[in-house]
Parts: sequence; structure tokens; C-alpha cells
Amino acid sequence: MQVAPSDTTALSAYSPEVRQHLFQYVLQLADTSLILGHRLSEWCGHGPILEQDLAMANIALDLLGETRSFYQYAAELEGKGRTEDDLAFLRVATEYRNPLLVEQPNGDFAATVVRQFLFDTFHFHFLQQLQTSSDERLAAIAEKSWKEAAYHLKWSSEWIIRLGDGTDESRQRLNKALANLWRYSGELTTPTATEQALQTLGIIPEYTRFQEAMTAHVAKVFAEATVPVPQETYMQRGGKEGRHSEHLGYILTELQYMQRTYPGMTW
Amino acid sequence: METVEINLEEQFQARIDADVRIEPKDWMPDAYRKTLIRQISQHAHSELVGMLPEGNWITRAPSLKRKSILLAKVQDEAGHGLYLYSAAETLGASRDQMLADLHSGKAKYSSIFNYPTLSWADMGCVGWLVDGAAILNQVPLCRTSYGPYARAMVRVCKEESFHQRQGFEIMQTLCEGTPVQKEMAQEALNRWWWPTLMMFGPKDADSPNTAQSMNWRIKRFTNDELRQKFVDMMVPQAEFLGLTVPDPNVKWNQTKNGYDFGEVDWEEFWNVVKGNGMCNKDRLGARIKAHEEGAWVREAALAHAAKRKQREQQEKSAAA
Amino acid sequence: MNQAEWPLWEVFIRSKQGLDHKHVGSLHAADATMAIQNARDVYTRRMEGVSIWVVESVHVHASNPDDSAAFFDPANDKVYRHPTFYEVPDSIKHM
Repeated sequence: MQVAPSDTTALSAYSPEVRQHLFQYVLQLADTSLILGHRLSEWCGHGPILEQDLAMANIALDLLGETRSFYQYAAELEGKGRTEDDLAFLRVATEYRNPLLVEQPNGDFAATVVRQFLFDTFHFHFLQQLQTSSDERLAAIAEKSWKEAAYHLKWSSEWIIRLGDGTDESRQRLNKALANLWRYSGELTTPTATEQALQTLGIIPEYTRFQEAMTAHVAKVFAEATVPVPQETYMQRGGKEGRHSEHLGYILTELQYMQRTYPGMTW
Repeated sequence: METVEINLEEQFQARIDADVRIEPKDWMPDAYRKTLIRQISQHAHSELVGMLPEGNWITRAPSLKRKSILLAKVQDEAGHGLYLYSAAETLGASRDQMLADLHSGKAKYSSIFNYPTLSWADMGCVGWLVDGAAILNQVPLCRTSYGPYARAMVRVCKEESFHQRQGFEIMQTLCEGTPVQKEMAQEALNRWWWPTLMMFGPKDADSPNTAQSMNWRIKRFTNDELRQKFVDMMVPQAEFLGLTVPDPNVKWNQTKNGYDFGEVDWEEFWNVVKGNGMCNKDRLGARIKAHEEGAWVREAALAHAAKRKQREQQEKSAAA
Repeated sequence: MNQAEWPLWEVFIRSKQGLDHKHVGSLHAADATMAIQNARDVYTRRMEGVSIWVVESVHVHASNPDDSAAFFDPANDKVYRHPTFYEVPDSIKHM
């Protein structure tokens, strides 16, 4: 299930500076899947119908699998003997690199669907391109996760349509969720300095390369859902550089509870 | 009219006795149908409510591996609930009605889920003990007389086997860990042991439905038989882990080739059944909340499906 | 309240290429697309399938068990339909 470790020669081909960038960036990818998977797993046992409990748990499990692949790679890149769990559980909030979108609370089902849809749209198109990365390990992880992301996008797109073109109430709730969450979508495709450095080296794709495809997908789904695409608005950002909303602290309190309370133990 | 009825009942019992499975459209006595709906839906409700005590630890699991396993396990429980509701639906019960009965308190679910999960070791105990007890109950049900129920149980049992193992593995890791972890394991065992014994239900003497259910092969062992089996299975496993079962009366009995053990606190048992367990209100409250808050989602999906169908029909008739 | 319940669907799964679809159970879904996805999430979590069919349960018509004697017993005495009914000399090959 896990992607095989890179041989050390591949890693030593990177300069220390690039390696540091790559480490930070792979952490960002891992944190992103972890935090979104965490949020989705909060639904487990509380979904609107049993069948959707299973669906959301499946997505969360996919994201957790991806999380582990990325943390394992990050640990190797860092080369300081830290494990996937050290990286996932034992950093402080400002060191987490996930975008703000994925740490937003579940809210009602519409908010969860919108958060998922915005993320999936990016995730799917991004992973599609990442498969051609010059970094073989990233390409391999992307290949596996892209298939999963394709399914996630199908799930969230269909729910956007159902809620938009469902009842008056579902439409209102969808619009409210969009009004609240749209402002977090821009961060996904706004590169940080780290991302820019890696884009220049061709290790990760330029986000402009698939911006159009993303916009087209959003437009198509919203048209079917009969809801307007939200107007340009001020885009919040900062998560990818460690400046988070207040929500992350609470997530970490739960996430890290065991590792912080019982340090250094095996579970 | 009377004689025809009697004949049908006799034929029905003859098929049961010959171990022929009963299928949804076959004639069956009303009481058989009712008993099955009660039993299967109760079982389904237990899976559904059973997601809560473990679900509550998913976000706190101590490692990424444990988190994935736990989430997959709780998800399986949703799946099992679904298989079982489906089986009950073949008898003419609707899932909505079954859920309404759960929410109103008319239908029961396994009392074990009204106990709180307080430490990570509880995830071990729920898997090892609670699922262990459930498996003892469930394996014979793979041969139960009602076809759809038996087939659902085959699927459940196949998937369930990983549940108990992961629980045991959690316990073993704790017992081989630091003194703090070992203590955590023992403390959890102390809390879960007796409630798990209660899972097999009242003593045979106080279980009025057992005889009929055995006769219909809906049930294949009595409560006391299963309880004894469970103790015989678990005491050596606890010893292997280096844990002590919290019952001073546990003692090997050569003559009966099994363990003697103490008396379950039946007052506590009936109290929890009546709704006075620590978590009865919370568990039911969480289920009702999820169902009520999901109502608009279910309605929206139906409304959309209807609109879509209508559009397709319009397109068809326009084309014609 | 019954109005708000999603319809029931029967699920059939092909476990591997070359085998036929087999009935595995049922589930609720608002429409066919969702039924297929739910079937994927519910019934193929452990690589049980490569293809899924769903049929809304109300569209399944079944033979009546009361007719089973009339339906199925007449086949009992048609042993000549089975190859083992015929004796073929040992010396004849490929038959």
C-alpha cells in the first residue's frame, strides 16, 4: 500500500537547500491530508444517512493513507530519524503547513461538501500533474492518490449538484457555505516561496497550468447545481506558511492528546 | 381455515427442523417474522450505536496507523448495520420505521454501548472483549434459519475477525509497554469485564424467549452456554497478557471442564437496559441528532432525483 | 415520514472478470448514480468487486413460493436432459 522508500542516492542528488524546500513542501502535503482527514473522520457515526457515513469514512481513509506516504517521505528527506508519527503529532501549530480551508469546521453537511469540493477540485488536478514530477517518489504517491481523488471529486461534485438543485433549504445552506468558504479557495493555488522554488525546478507543477481546468470544472458543476459561482472576494491565506485560524489549535489538542500525555511510548 | 393455518405451521417447522433456509417470500408464522424483525433490527441498532463509543477516539488515536485501523473498523460497523437493516427490510420493515423505534426507545440495542470509553485501552477492550463476545453470538447466526439474516451474518463475521485481532493487538502492545500503559490496560479490563459478560443477556431461567427462538433456529445457543464459552476463552487470553480478570471467583473446574466464575450484577444489568446507564441518553441523543440534522440532506437528494427524472422524461417526450 | 426515505436498491457484484454478477444485498440511495457509488462504498471495501449492477428493488419481480411445486418439480423427472443419462462406450473418446 505504501510507496517504496527512495534510494538514498536519489535524495543526495538534491542540494541541502532544495532538500529543505522539498521537506517543507512534503510536510505541507501531509499536513493537508491529515487535517482534512481528521475533519472528515469527525463525521463518523453522525452522518445524514448510514450510506454516507461509509462514503465519508472512505474518503478520510484515503486521505490518511496519502498522509502517511507523505510523512514517511518527509521523514526521509529530513534524515534526522523522526518518524511519521513524530511529524504528525509532535509539532507546534505554527509548524503545520496545511492551507486554511481544510481546518475549517465541518459545520452542516453543506459546509463539509463545499470544503471537500473546493479541495477535491484542486487536489485532483494537482495530483494529475504531479504524476509527471521529476521527483520519482512524489510522482509515485501522486499516481496512487490521484485515482482516489478522482472518486472524491465525483462524490463532492454530485453533492454540490444535489444540494444546489434540491430543495429551497438545501440551496440556501449551500449558498451560505459557499459564502463562508469560498474565501479559502484562493490559497490552494497561490504559491508560497517554497512552492515557487520547487516549481522553478520542475519538481512540482505550476498551478497556472491547471487553473483553467479547475475553473471550468467549477463552472460546469455550479451550472448543473443552478447556483452562481461566487464573485471574486478577498482571499484569506497564511496556513501554508504556518499562520492558521483559531480552529487548528483545537484540532491539535485532540490529535496530539495521547502523544503529548504519554511521551515516547509505542502504541 | 384453522386447519390450513396449522398445516402451514407444521410444514414450516418441518422445514426449519430439516435445516432448510426460510426466504423472504416464503410463508412464515407472524410471530417468527416479528421476532426476527425485533432481533435483526436490535442487532442493526447495536452496530449503529456501537459506532459512537469507538468513533469518539478516532480523532485522538495515538498513531497514524492506529487511527486508520480504528476508522476502518468503525466504518465496518456502519457497513454491518447496513447489511442488517437490509436483511430486516426483506421482512417488510422499513429502515425509517426501525430508526423511529430506536429513537423513541421502543427498540433496544446492546447495553454494552451505554458504557463510556475513557482511555485508549478501551479501544483494546472493545475490540478484544466486546467484539470477542459479539463473535461468539454471531458465528452461530451464520446458520440461522432465515436466509437473508444468515447471509448478512456470514459477511459480518468475515469482516469482524479483524476487529477482535486489532483489539487484542492494542492490549498486547500496552501490556508489553511501559508500566503506565500496562496499568491503563488493567484499568480498562476492570471496567469492561462485567459489562461484557452481561452482553449475553439474562440467565437462561430469566430469558423467556430463548426456547421459542432455539426452536425456530433463530438462536442456536442459550445465553448461559455462550457466557460460559466466553469465560473459558478469555481467561487464558487475559493470563497471556499478564492481566487479571476482576473476579475473585474465577477458578478452573476440572469436572465441568470450564471455569467457575462469579455472579453478574443483574441489578446493574437491568438498570442499564432500562436506560439508566452512564451513556444511554448521550448515545440515543447523538443518533437522534444525526438523523434529524440529516433530514434536509435526504430530502434534497430525493427532490433532486425527482427533478432529474422529470427533466429526462420531458427530453424524451420532446424527442418523440 | 416514509416519503422522505430513499428508495431501496438491490446490489449485484461481479467479483472478478469472467464471473457473473451475484446478488450481495441492498441499500438506500436517492438515484441510480448514488446507488452505484454507495454500493462501491458499502460492498467493495475489501476488493470484492470489479463491476456493480444496481436495480431498484420495486422493479424486481420474483416467482411465488406457492408456485414452486408447479414451477420446479416438473424438472425432476427429465433426467434425459443430463449428459450422465446416456451411456457411451468406453472406446469412444471426445464426447
